[in-house]
Amino acid sequence: MIWQLDLILLPLVIICAIAAITVRDLFSATVLLGAFSFLMCMLWAEMGAVDVAFTEAAVGAGVSTAFFIAAVFVTTRRTKD
Amino acid sequence: MKSLAFIATIITGALLIFATVDFPDWGDPNSPASLHVSPRYIEKTVKETGVPNMVTSVLADYRGYDTLFETTVIFTAGITAVMLIRRPRK
Amino acid sequence: MITPLENIIIKTLCRLLIPFIQLFGLYVIVHGHGSPGGGFQGGCILAASFVLVVVAFDLPEAKRRFSEKLNNIFCSLGVFIYAWTGWMCLLLGANFLDYGILNKILPVNPVMARYYGMFSIEVGVGITVMAIMVSLFLDLVTGGKHEEALDE
Repeated sequence: MIWQLDLILLPLVIICAIAAITVRDLFSATVLLGAFSFLMCMLWAEMGAVDVAFTEAAVGAGVSTAFFIAAVFVTTRRTKD
Repeated sequence: MKSLAFIATIITGALLIFATVDFPDWGDPNSPASLHVSPRYIEKTVKETGVPNMVTSVLADYRGYDTLFETTVIFTAGITAVMLIRRPRK
Repeated sequence: MITPLENIIIKTLCRLLIPFIQLFGLYVIVHGHGSPGGGFQGGCILAASFVLVVVAFDLPEAKRRFSEKLNNIFCSLGVFIYAWTGWMCLLLGANFLDYGILNKILPVNPVMARYYGMFSIEVGVGITVMAIMVSLFLDLVTGGKHEEALDE
């Protein structure tokens, strides 16, 4: 665990998470969620859990982002609330 | 209603952060997790399975049932999605 | 419904990238013992390459390369391979998923038989995850109407 890297990554994770639930455009929310997944992947790789980081990069940042974009594509891009 | 949810979230988060104080340090060799079963896998994985990656050996060999039913769960989820969403050819 | 992109840059780049992504996915699956990776991650990377085919070209072109029927077969083939690796151990006289006994049919010692048993189940997991992810993506992106879309 490298505290300098943590100091950069953890605020970015929190910013991405909060932005993903507050932004009104669902497409932007999806991209922010992908960025959140990628930052979590970097955190796990930095803590030595390389297998978990790999799964997060492949599933969280890769395929699930594509799924969300596909779902936004067939429904609506604007949220009501 | 929204402020109530906000307060509930804050309280839950504070409790979770309070609970992490009791956690062992990161990479602590005397923590319960690294004293009980981990040493056995670390010592015997290469000798018993010939696989250098311990995570794969635990997932696929020592805990093979778990991965089998994990795969079955993915399969069932996919089949359920096909049944719910897909419209058959007319 | 996805419309084909008439963009020569995207098409050429995807044509160049897709083989390398698929090669990397296969590497992650078959090299899951020695390095980080495994069936789940490799299957997801293979599925991502197929998503790129659908995005860069159009849906009938993607269907022509990887047909619906083949995808449905692959969905269950992976679980079949996994379960039958376990059943082979049971039939040869050991416990379910106890790969050491596979040295009776493989020309290796029991330790390496465990290695190849793990390899076989990783391939099974990879095939199932890839086919399920592709099927989920096609269902989501077309609203479940991709079989009708193919006829038009």
